[in-house]
Amino acid sequence: MELTGAEIVVQALKDEGVEFVWGYPGGAVLHIYDAIFQQKAVQHILVRHEQAATHAADGYARATGNVGVALVTSGPGATNAVTGIATAYMDSIPMVVITGQVPVPFIGSDAFQEVDITGITRPCVKHNFLVKRVEDIAETMAKAFYIAKTGRPGPVLVDIPKDVTDPSVRVPYAYPKKVSMRSYKPVEKGNVRQVRKAVDLMVKAQRPVIYTGGGVVLGDASDELRKLIKHTNFPVTNTLMGLGSVAASDKHFLGMLGMHGTYEANMAMHEADLIIAIGARFDDRVTGKLAQFCPNAKIVHVDVDPASISKNVRVDVPIVGQVKPVLKDMLKFLQERKTAPDAAALKEWWGRINAWRSVDCLNYANSDKVIKPQYAIETLHKVTRRRNFYLTSDVGQHQMFAAQFYPFEKPRRWINSGGLGTMGFGLPAAMGVQQAFPKASVACVTGEASIQMCIQELATCSQYDLPIKIVLLNNGYMGMVRQWQEFFYDKRYSHSYVDALPDFARLAETYGHVGMTIESPGDLEAAYKEAFSLKDRLVFMNVIIDPEENVYPMIEAGKGHHEMHMSPHLSAERELA
Amino acid sequence: MRHIISVLIENESGALARVSGLFAARGYNIESLTVAPTEDATLSRMTLVTYGDEMIIEQIIKQLNKLVDVVKLLDLSDGPHIERELMMVKVRAEKSNREEMKRMADIFRANIIDVTDCSYTIELTGAGDKLDAFLKAVNEDLIMEVVRSGPLGISRGVKGLGL
Ligand SMILES: Cc1cc2nc3c(=O)[nH]c(=O)nc-3n(C[C@H](O)[C@H](O)[C@H](O)COP(=O)(O)OP(=O)(O)OC[C@H]3O[C@@H](n4cnc5c(N)ncnc54)[C@H](O)[C@@H]3O)c2cc1C
Ligand SMILES: Cc1ncc(C[n+]2csc(CCOP(=O)(O)OP(=O)(O)O)c2C)c(N)n1
Ligand SMILES: [Mg+2]
Repeated sequence: MELTGAEIVVQALKDEGVEFVWGYPGGAVLHIYDAIFQQKAVQHILVRHEQAATHAADGYARATGNVGVALVTSGPGATNAVTGIATAYMDSIPMVVITGQVPVPFIGSDAFQEVDITGITRPCVKHNFLVKRVEDIAETMAKAFYIAKTGRPGPVLVDIPKDVTDPSVRVPYAYPKKVSMRSYKPVEKGNVRQVRKAVDLMVKAQRPVIYTGGGVVLGDASDELRKLIKHTNFPVTNTLMGLGSVAASDKHFLGMLGMHGTYEANMAMHEADLIIAIGARFDDRVTGKLAQFCPNAKIVHVDVDPASISKNVRVDVPIVGQVKPVLKDMLKFLQERKTAPDAAALKEWWGRINAWRSVDCLNYANSDKVIKPQYAIETLHKVTRRRNFYLTSDVGQHQMFAAQFYPFEKPRRWINSGGLGTMGFGLPAAMGVQQAFPKASVACVTGEASIQMCIQELATCSQYDLPIKIVLLNNGYMGMVRQWQEFFYDKRYSHSYVDALPDFARLAETYGHVGMTIESPGDLEAAYKEAFSLKDRLVFMNVIIDPEENVYPMIEAGKGHHEMHMSPHLSAERELA
Repeated sequence: MRHIISVLIENESGALARVSGLFAARGYNIESLTVAPTEDATLSRMTLVTYGDEMIIEQIIKQLNKLVDVVKLLDLSDGPHIERELMMVKVRAEKSNREEMKRMADIFRANIIDVTDCSYTIELTGAGDKLDAFLKAVNEDLIMEVVRSGPLGISRGVKGLGL
């Protein structure tokens, strides 16, 4: 089979089983767009800004586990995609981004719409390629997909100069069946001796905590994790990225840990004598002050990326490997043991944990006059709990309220930007999820500041009939910024008030969607029900909430887990009692 | 602690930038870096010298290994190894100090590789401290130009860095 470079790009996508490509055309990719036009297997979704193409591909990847694909032109198209690439990089999301480039002879001449995108993205991709010969496209595409999805996943960029896709040049095409690279050999199974060492510690532990993260979601090891928890009766906490890998309703689940984690999760970490970290990377939002992090604990760390291990915190038993096979081995070795984990010690430990739990740290003062963001999320859960439901989020207080108050029962259902914290992520990510699961209920929780960073995508949703439910928790502030200014800058709210807001409901209507404005707590549930009953329509719910609610508990950056700020409402309650 | 690390890396455009970019982006110290193709033209060998505590060096090695273009690496400081650096020094060599310069070169087993009426270019190979010692020994006012390669390293004995 002889194909042009452009046809090879598209054929390679087919051979990878790619269903969707999110993109935006321009001069350098016109040949590729022409090849896309002439086939049906790969569906191209036209976004309204290249940032959204990368976020949509990313959202698709997070929800499905498949590699997300985006296609953009050279120069401004490529630079617009960078935020989405960095977002995927920080959260280890498998993605292939194809960028057009100026023709090879023009590279380096400051040609029209030329940027050195491989140079620009080098620090925020897993790897990138510049393809200089049409004969190299197929192999490069195969490598790009292989690198993106194996080992620790991540985005890979393939930069293709326009002349390499020249329609007048045809070369034989064969897609590599297998990729093997001498310089890239991701690990699979963990070292069995290390796993046994971990098991030794686990049976001896008096106060163990399992701390798991995005790696369990990415590695599809939720079942194995649940079995391990059931077998050991150990408490478990998740990072923001790990939510859903353990059922929130499981009594072993302590909630999220870290800066806005629960009292019980953070106290358990602080008092633990053994931490079993699984697919989590000891991020600063999680550890707080390193010197005070888990002061009494031995640490076991399972991670596919050796560089994640002992990066911030020294660990005692490193296990490099994929979570799934490692957890299988761990469970097997535990079951083979004659001695089980120390039941009496665990009973005492659970007693302490339940005492921390009884503080009920997420309790808040609800109101019948103004909608509290916590109540907005709880009610969202009430209305959607029986649905096949996915929730994406933007970045800010609303993201934290969603993480705290929406109990996720399954992995890949909670889709948010954790590592980069990219405002503008939520709506395009929801587009990717909805495209993957047309029948599912997909909602995006957002803020009035975040939504305006990619609001143009309401047009894309119209064009492709994406019935996303947007839940805008409108506090009129960049709430997360305002909260920090309240706590640490004496309430000097410098530029965190979001002025000149549009009427969001009407704005949504002009894009052809349904708009709602909800101001009273009494109306909220009915409004949600109505919105979710409109199966084929995007509904934009502008939920006016308490402007100055804060996210609690909170550990200040640089403080220890035992130094949480609790809601003032809690201390007030305690004084009354 | 000072570490000298040898890296085998795919000989591809951008590979060097990935390594130097890594050091810049993560704030690692880099004292010297030399690179050239190996006997296998598809591979380059890099020698880099860096400083850091144990945890940082461990991260540097892991992060280097993580680069998709890096095939293999060896921290030479882990075992017995040899280091050599090449230096070329251009010195003023006029009537009065011509003899003196020649003698100095002989003492250090250096070679004079270029001669003009008023200058010598001296080539010297050795461990870094030997090169330093030479520069110290020569009258500072006579030194016109110095170029150093940065150290190259190889492990002693059968152990080594190969595919
Ligand atoms: C406003 C805001 C507030 C935040 N507050 C909090 C907070 O309170 N608490 C919190 O937890 N986070 C919080 N975050 C998120 C935080 O910034 C980090 O993104 C998050 O903590 C990282 O999660 P993780 O450790 O699970 O790592 P991830 O980024 O999910 O990394 C996954 C790890 O698993 C490894 N891995 C991947 N795949 C596999 C596999 N198959 N097998 C084995 N290992 C694998 C990777 O190498 C990596 O080390 C906040 C973010 C924002 C924007
Ligand atoms: C692109 C980008 N710019 C700036 C920030 C810093 N930031 C974090 S949260 C936040 C405010 C978000 O406001 P809003 O979307 O209204 O959410 P709220 O906190 O009010 O729920 C800002 C500005 C960011 N995370 N991303
Ligand atoms: Mg807001």
